[in-house]
Amino acid sequence: MTPAMASGVALQVLQSLLVVLVAPLVTGWVNICRAWLQNRSAPSIWLPYYTLAKLFHKDAVIANTASPLFRITPYVLFGCMWLAAGIVPVLVTDLPFAPAADIIALVGVFAVARVFGALAAMDTGTSFGGLGARREMMIGFLAEPAMLMTLFTAAFISDSTQLQTIVETLAHREFAIYPSLAFAAVAFLMVLLAENARIPVDNPTTHLELTMIHEAMILEYSARHLALIEWAVAIKLVAYMAIGFALFLPWGIAPAGDWAALPMAFAALGAKLALAGAGLAFLETLLAKMRIFLVTEFLSTAFLLGVLGMLIHFLVRG
Amino acid sequence: MDSPPSLLAAALLAATAWLAIGLLGLLPAGAAFVRRALFPAGAAASLALAALGAQGVWYPASSLVLPLGLPDLPFHLRLDPLAGFFLLLLGAVAAGVSVYSIGYFRDEAGARLRLICLQYHFFLASMAFVLLADDAYLFMVAWETMALASYFLVTTDHQRPAIRSAGFLYLLVAHIGAIAVLLCFGVMHGGGGDYTFDALRAAELSPFWASVAFLLAFFGFGAKAGLIPLHAWLPEAHPAAPSPVSALMSGVMIKTAIYGMVRISYDLIGAVRWDWGILVLVVGAGTTLFGVLFALMQHDLKRLLAYHSVENIGIILLGLGMSMVFFGFGHREAGVLGLIAALYHTLNHAVFKGLLFLGAGSILHATGLRDLNAMGGLIRTMPATAFYFLVGALAISALPPLNGFVSEWLTFQTALQASLIEHGVVRSLLPLFAAVLALAGALTAMCFVKVFGVAFLGRARHSAEKAHGDARLSERLGLAWLTAGCFFLGLFPAAMLLMLNRVAASLTGSSLSAQALESNWLWVVPTQPMQASYSAIIFLLVVLAVVLITVRLVRVFYHGRIRVADPWDCGYPEQTTRMQDTADAFGQPIRHVFGPLYLMKRHLPGPEDANPRYSIKIEDRHWYWLYLPLARLVEYTSSKIGLLQRGRISVYLLYSFLTLIGLLVFVR
Repeated sequence: MTPAMASGVALQVLQSLLVVLVAPLVTGWVNICRAWLQNRSAPSIWLPYYTLAKLFHKDAVIANTASPLFRITPYVLFGCMWLAAGIVPVLVTDLPFAPAADIIALVGVFAVARVFGALAAMDTGTSFGGLGARREMMIGFLAEPAMLMTLFTAAFISDSTQLQTIVETLAHREFAIYPSLAFAAVAFLMVLLAENARIPVDNPTTHLELTMIHEAMILEYSARHLALIEWAVAIKLVAYMAIGFALFLPWGIAPAGDWAALPMAFAALGAKLALAGAGLAFLETLLAKMRIFLVTEFLSTAFLLGVLGMLIHFLVRG
Repeated sequence: MDSPPSLLAAALLAATAWLAIGLLGLLPAGAAFVRRALFPAGAAASLALAALGAQGVWYPASSLVLPLGLPDLPFHLRLDPLAGFFLLLLGAVAAGVSVYSIGYFRDEAGARLRLICLQYHFFLASMAFVLLADDAYLFMVAWETMALASYFLVTTDHQRPAIRSAGFLYLLVAHIGAIAVLLCFGVMHGGGGDYTFDALRAAELSPFWASVAFLLAFFGFGAKAGLIPLHAWLPEAHPAAPSPVSALMSGVMIKTAIYGMVRISYDLIGAVRWDWGILVLVVGAGTTLFGVLFALMQHDLKRLLAYHSVENIGIILLGLGMSMVFFGFGHREAGVLGLIAALYHTLNHAVFKGLLFLGAGSILHATGLRDLNAMGGLIRTMPATAFYFLVGALAISALPPLNGFVSEWLTFQTALQASLIEHGVVRSLLPLFAAVLALAGALTAMCFVKVFGVAFLGRARHSAEKAHGDARLSERLGLAWLTAGCFFLGLFPAAMLLMLNRVAASLTGSSLSAQALESNWLWVVPTQPMQASYSAIIFLLVVLAVVLITVRLVRVFYHGRIRVADPWDCGYPEQTTRMQDTADAFGQPIRHVFGPLYLMKRHLPGPEDANPRYSIKIEDRHWYWLYLPLARLVEYTSSKIGLLQRGRISVYLLYSFLTLIGLLVFVR
C-alpha cells in the first residue's frame, strides 16, 4: 500500500468515525438553539447521547406481527446513513471510498433507506405504520427529483457527478455568485427540510397521531432498534448538511494529501455545522407545520427552482 | 465453436429444438412427461441459446441462407452482436421461466398442458427467429408467429369472456402494428432490389423517406412495446396469460420491439436524426409517467406489473432517444453511452420483470389471489418467494446495488452529457427528461413499497388465511436464477458495459472513450474517471461491513434481549386487519396529487351507514378519447360499406361489370 493510499484510508476512517460520533451533538445543538429562540430553558447539549445510551440499555419489545425485516431495518438504515456521511467530503476531498458512489448513487442510498424504513413501518400491520409509510413515500417521490435537479446543476457546472471533483471545482473558482447555484441552494434547503422530517413538512417532536410522518413510521420500534434509527436520523441530518456544504460552501475542505490543512478543515467544519444548526433552528421557529397536501406545492416549488437553476446555467453559462 | 458460421448454425439448431419440443408436446403422453421432460429440455435449449448469443456478441457477424420459404425468397439468417445480445436476453430469461414452469403447471390437465407446451415453445422459437432474421420476409413471418402464439397463450383461459376480449384487443393492436412494420419495410425498400436486410441497408433514402420509414417503424414496434397511446392492450393481455407466459411477454416479447426499433433506425436506415430522438424522448417520457402513475392505482398484482412494463419501456426509450439526439448532433461517444444505457435497461427489465411476474405466479398458486387488497402477511407462509420478490422489487425501484440502478444511472450520465450539444433548446431539454426519469424512479419505489408491504408484510387479511405453503422447488429454482441475474447485472456492470460497447460499436462504428474501456471489473466509468464512476461491489461491501460492525458492536456492548408483545399503535386497542393500509389506500396521495389525470368513479360511505362500502373505479382516459371513438368510426364505416353487400347475385354481377368498365376506362 502506498503512503498516499494509506493516508487516504486513514482520513476516510477518521471522517467516517467523526460524522457518526458528532451527529447526535449536532441534533443536540439544534435543539438547544430552538429552545433559546422559543424562550425555553435549553436541555443539555449531550442529551441525545444520554437518550441513545438509555435506549441501548433497555429490553427491545417487538410486535408479535413483525417479520425479520423489522429487525434488520434499523441496521440497514444506520449502515446506509453511515455510508452516505462517510463519502461526502466534509473534512478532506481525498476519500478512497468516495468514487464508489457519486451523487446519483448517494441519492440512491437515501432511497434504499427510505424504502426499508417504509417497509418496516408496514411490517407490523398497524394503521399508523401504513399511514406513515404512505406519507413518507409521497414526500420521497416529490423530494428525490428536486434533489437530483439541484445536484445536476452543480454537476453541470463542474462537469462531473463526483462529489470530490465538484468540491474541488467549486472551491477553486473565483468568488462570484452563480445565479444557477443560488436557485439550487434554495431548492436544496427545501429538500433538506422535507427529507429530514423538519418543520414545515414534518415535526420531529410531535406525537400527535394525525400529523406525524416519520414518527408514525417508527412507532413500533423500541430500545436498541429505536436508538439505531434515532442515530441514523441524526447522521442523515449531518450528511445532508455536508452535501450542502460541499455544493454551496466548499471552502475550508482540505485538498488531497494536505495534512497541514486538516486543523483548519476541522475548524471550518465546526463553524459551518454550528451555523447550519442555528439556521435550521431559526427556520423551524419561524415556520409552522403545513398541511400534508401543501407539501406537494412546497416540494414542487423546490423541483421547479432546481430546474430553473439548471436552465439558467445553460442560458448564462454560470 | 471457433468459426462464426457454426455459431449461427448452433443458434439455429437451438431455436429449431424449441420447435421440436413444442411438436413433441402433441404426443399423446401424460402431463408428467410434458412437465418433467419437455420443459427442462426447453430450459436446456434456452441456456444453450443464451451462451451462443453471448458468444455471438464477440464474433464478427455471420450469415446463412436457408433453402426454405417461397421460391425465389429463401430465408436469410444472420447473427451479429445486436442479435447476439438479444438472444442472450431471450435465452437467459426463458431458461428461468421454463424451469419455473415445471412446478407452476403441476395442476394442469394433460390435454391443456400439451397445448400450452406447443404454444409456449413456438412462442420462444418465433422470438428467436425474429432476432435471427436477415430479410424482411422471414422477419414478418416470425413476427406474426410470435403474435399468434402469444395470442393463443393469452387466451388459455378462453372460457372467461374478459380474457377473450383481452386477447382480441391484443391481436387487433398487434396487427395494426404489423401493418405499419410491413409498410416500413416497403418504404425502406424504395422500389429496387430484394427484401434482404443487406439490400435495405444499401438502399439510399432521402431524408423525407427515411423519416417516414422511421415513423412507421416507431409506430409499428411501439404498438408491440406498449407506448402510449397504443398501450391499452398491454395491461389487459399480459395479466390474462398464465404467469410464466406473462413473464415472457413482459420480459422478452416487448423487447423484440425495442430490437426492431434499434435494428431499423441504427442499422437499416443508418443515419439517425436528432429530431427523431426528440420524438422518442417525448413519447418515452409520457409512457414512463403514465405507466407508473397507473401502476400505482392498481390493486391487481399482475395488472400492476403490466403497467410497470409500460413504464420501463418508456425508460428504455428515454435512453434510446438521448442516444439518437447525440448521434444526430454528431457526439458519437455520448450517443453510444445512451444506446448502451437503453440496451442495458432492456436486459435488466427482462430479468427483474420476469422475476416479479413469476413471483406473482407463485402467490397466485399458493393463495389463489391476484388482488393485493386480500393478501397480507405472506412473508410468513412463503418466506422464499418473499425474498425473491423483494429483490425484484428493489431492483425495479432502481436501488443500488441491484441492476435497475445501473442502467438508470447510465441514462442519467447520458443526460448529463447535454452540455456537449450546441443547440440551445435541445441542450436544456435533455436534463428535463432526466427529471422525468428521477420522478418515475421514486414513484416506482413507492409502488413497490405498496406491493411488498400490502402483499407480504402486515397481517393476513381474512381471505388470505388459507394460503398453503411456499413455492415448489422448481419454481424456486426459476426465481433464484433470475434473482441471481439481478445481482450479477447489478454487481458486475463493467463486464456488461464492455459487451454492450461491442454491440454499439458494431451498429454505429463508434465506441466509448478509451478511459471508459480501460476500467477494470470493479468500476464503471462511462466517460472519464474524474467525471463519474460507480462501483457496486465496493458499495455493497461497505454497507455490509458497516451493518455487521454495528450489529457486532451492539451485541458486544449491550445485550440481545427481546420481548414479544402485541403491536402498540399508539395504545389503540382492538386492532383489526382491516385497519391496515390497502393497496388503494396507499395510492391515495397519488390520487390526490395527480387527480386530473385519472377518470375516477368513487363511492364513499356516509357516517350512518350500517354496512359501509367503499368503492373506487379508475379508468384510463385514452379509452374515451381515442379507442372508443375509433371503434365507433370503424363500426360506422363498415356498416356503410356493408350496404354494398346485398346478398343478390345480380347486384354482385353488376359490381363486376362496373369494375370492368372502370378498368377499361382508366387502364390502357
